[in-house]
Parts: sequence; structure tokens; C-alpha cells
Amino acid sequence: MALVTTTKGDMDESLLEKREGSVDNDNELTTWVEYWLEGELVHRSAHVTLKKMPVFGGGETASIG
Amino acid sequence: MANTQSMCTSFMSELMLGQHQLGTSTIVSRGSLTSPTTDTVKAALYLTSATINAATTAYSATGEVSGTNYTAGGVTVTNATAPTSTNSSATAGVAYWTPSASITYTTVTLSTAFDTVLLYNSTQSNKAISVHTFGSQTITAGTFTLTMPSNTTSTALLRLATT
Repeated sequence: MALVTTTKGDMDESLLEKREGSVDNDNELTTWVEYWLEGELVHRSAHVTLKKMPVFGGGETASIG
Repeated sequence: MANTQSMCTSFMSELMLGQHQLGTSTIVSRGSLTSPTTDTVKAALYLTSATINAATTAYSATGEVSGTNYTAGGVTVTNATAPTSTNSSATAGVAYWTPSASITYTTVTLSTAFDTVLLYNSTQSNKAISVHTFGSQTITAGTFTLTMPSNTTSTALLRLATT
């Protein structure tokens, strides 16, 4: 029996409707899981793996003289 | 209003001033003449309606998420890996750093959509470091985890490169 933390307290996973999804693009890999109870969202978690980092290139030094 | 992924411009000049000490302590702290200390890096989440970008100079609660079990200012980032630098040629190289663990917000409810995390140095007057964006999220009685990329020259979370 797996317990899920919900807005109504810990509940047995078997009592809930589970929905999952993911997004995979150049910037991130994201997975999420939702648990619904009688049409009400009672739990949503997300896990984001960052892929694309800001570009910080272009450090330069000037010639002297 | 929108958030934009970027290194904070002020961070670059602050590096030249020696105002950030990430990873491991190698120089004597600005707060002590004898005992080096590593700065504490924190991660705050921002709403999709916020404006966080390269011009952000410090942490601000304006536009930050709020909700059950989320503390203003965010969470402390595990900061145990020293910055590294590698030369790729006689004229080019890269310095890089990545937090040594995932950033996790446990059992939170964040009902308003958010899409940004700001890393900042809470030891040094909350000076901003970098802005990272992702797809809009909400969390309901759940956990939000940001997994870090591999700490390499091409994928590290923070990279300063010459070309």
C-alpha cells in the first residue's frame, strides 16, 4: 500500500486517479504526477532537469599599448 | 512581464571584486581574517508574472511564489563542489560550477504558476547569481525538484567562457 500526500492528508494511492506527463525539449526534461479524487486535484509534484544553461561566453582581454 | 534565463550581470563584476565564494572556501572570508568560509547559496522561485533577468542584482520577494511550506527566500543550495576551470586552447577556456545536489521544495502547495528559479548568495547581501527558467508549473501538496545538469565544461549550471 503506497501512501500519497494530498490536500486531504495521506491517502492510499489505490483510492486516487493517477495522471502523469512529461515535457522534453532543449531547455528541460520535466516529469509530473497528479492524483485526483472525485474530480479534484489533491496532489501534484513536478521534477525538472535543467538542460540548457545561460550563455556566458565572450570573455575578452584588451591589448595594452 | 516575463522572466529570462541569464547570468546576472552584476554577478560578473562581483566576481572580479571577490564577493562570491562558491563550492569550497579557498580564500579568507570577508567576515574573518583567519577562517575561510564558503558562502551560502539559496534558490528562490518566481511567478510567471515576475520580471527576473540579467538585470536582477539581488534577491527580492517581489514576484516570488508563496504557499504552504514555502519560506520566502527559498531553500539553501547544496554547495560542496568547488568551481573548476579548463583550457581548451592557448586562448580559450571555461570556468564552471554546479550545485552538488538537486534543489528540492518538499510538500509544498504553490497554486500560482511559476517558471523561474533565482540563485543568489545569501551570505553576501543576497547578491544575485543566475536566473534559470523552465516550463510553467504549479504544485499541490507535492514536491518540486530541480535536478542539476552534469558539472562539465559544456553542461554545468554556471559557465564563464572565453573563445
